[in-house]
Amino acid sequence: MRVRLLDIAHARSGDKGDTANVGVIANKPEWYPLISRELTQQRVVKHFAGMLTGGVDRFEVPNLYALNFLLHGALGGGGTLSLKTDAQGKVYSTAMLRMVLDVPDDEARALGLPAA
Amino acid sequence: MTERVVRVAGGQGFWGDSLDAPRQQVENGPIDYLMLDYLAEVTMSILQKQKERDPAMGYARDFIGAMDSVLDAVTERGVRVVANAGGVNPPACATAVQAVARKRGKSLRIGVVTGDDLLPRLDDLIAKGHSLAHMETGEPLQTVRDRVLSANAYIGSEPIVEALTRGAQVVITGRSTDTALTMAPIRFEYGWSATDYDRLAAGIVAGHIIECGAQCSGGNCLYDWRNIPDLANVGYPIADAYADGSFVITKHPGTGGRVSVATVSEQLVYEMGDPHAYITPDVIADFTTIHLEDAGPDRVRVYGIKGSAPTDKLKVSIAYRAGFKAVGTLVYSWPEALDKARAADGILRERLERLGLHFDEIVTEYVGVSATHGALAGEAPPDIPEVQLRVGVRSDDRAMVERFTREIAPLVLNGPPSVTGFAGGRPKVEEIVAYWPALVDKSVVQTTVEMVS
Repeated sequence: MRVRLLDIAHARSGDKGDTANVGVIANKPEWYPLISRELTQQRVVKHFAGMLTGGVDRFEVPNLYALNFLLHGALGGGGTLSLKTDAQGKVYSTAMLRMVLDVPDDEARALGLPAA
Repeated sequence: MTERVVRVAGGQGFWGDSLDAPRQQVENGPIDYLMLDYLAEVTMSILQKQKERDPAMGYARDFIGAMDSVLDAVTERGVRVVANAGGVNPPACATAVQAVARKRGKSLRIGVVTGDDLLPRLDDLIAKGHSLAHMETGEPLQTVRDRVLSANAYIGSEPIVEALTRGAQVVITGRSTDTALTMAPIRFEYGWSATDYDRLAAGIVAGHIIECGAQCSGGNCLYDWRNIPDLANVGYPIADAYADGSFVITKHPGTGGRVSVATVSEQLVYEMGDPHAYITPDVIADFTTIHLEDAGPDRVRVYGIKGSAPTDKLKVSIAYRAGFKAVGTLVYSWPEALDKARAADGILRERLERLGLHFDEIVTEYVGVSATHGALAGEAPPDIPEVQLRVGVRSDDRAMVERFTREIAPLVLNGPPSVTGFAGGRPKVEEIVAYWPALVDKSVVQTTVEMVS
């Protein structure tokens, strides 16, 4: 089953220099293991292909049912140097939530995931 | 017997935040401390420029109005204020606050924290082998030394605790960390030692949650955003801190917004780096130990936080002049709006080329199509009603950027059709003041607390 990340998680992003951070938080604690399994470092690198000049770091924050990603080279130089509309990475959060996951039907049903 | 609680209210998330929030925090219910955070990364350089023009300036002037609006609460009800409004000139800020108090016939005991300003000592520090290398690129500060505008060490809770111990009703700091402004009063009230790392870390986490004002109490919250009530009357956050280090995030009754596990979680991940090591001058907080619990309407209990010994370095916030930039925009309407905007960008770039203008960077965005989400946004609908063309350039050469700004408006008459939205006139050339984060040995920074009344 196709599941939109937007329907099972929320997110907030911010900046540190030329790096954007995106925190992705499961809408329900029981959805966190699935999100953690699917949002691998490689998957996020692929998702943002062409938008970053650097790599991606991935951190697990299971106590908040959250993952934190650092997207390096995401902000066109960052801060005041950047010419981008989103110079401070404020909406990388929703860019992340555009991801669509393929979840086995049984698992999606058991977890009560909304279909895309 | 009821358990002792210290109430710290956040009333300002950055310089430019709500002018009314500080007053509302002292008027809408009881609090012990009003915490006001005014300093973002580049704020110090703006203040430094103001101080160069006028030696009595260089602090966040909004704070003077804020103090005027909360003065009665401070002098009559004993609310104490902790703010990093001092910027690059905490003594001048204190003088201005005293003037307001005097005009109202009140006397105030103000603690002024200085010592974070490294600008006058910069060459001496570099000569003594402190390279102040850029934390990301590793480049030594020497590369931009002649363009440095301000340099301030991020200082921790110690001097604020000292000022409170000496009876300050108002504590004014310069580049104190945002989180220390909250942690210090809690630490002072409960007498936590410098090695009580778990509790200090808890105070830091409380600070991180409330330092961005309403961003933890319903503002900018994606989760269930449509149903967050009455943001027009949003309540700013309050941390109710207990002696064991646990605390409750809440807001005054009758205010709008929402405090929930979702709103607090979003703020906790905001600007997060490595969650295991949130480094501050006082303690390293481990954000993977934070527990959140729904404790009733607009109440979230936070507990279980672990901390460890800090490093022997302080982060330094350095600002330097980094050239000039300008951004021009035009709006193209249906039909074929995106094609017209793209054609205009091509024409503009060709003209810049012919004029011999070369920029360090030129960035084109199509607002309404792909400006913020790039290719992830997918194809624009063919009948999109309008698209904003947004072109930005950056160069060390001010004249080149200036010349660029003259090439936008002509496109209205001599470029692709169906164009509007140029009423703002010629784009403005802006000097770029960039941020240079570095580390310095703690031992070279000595803070001083001066009491004025």
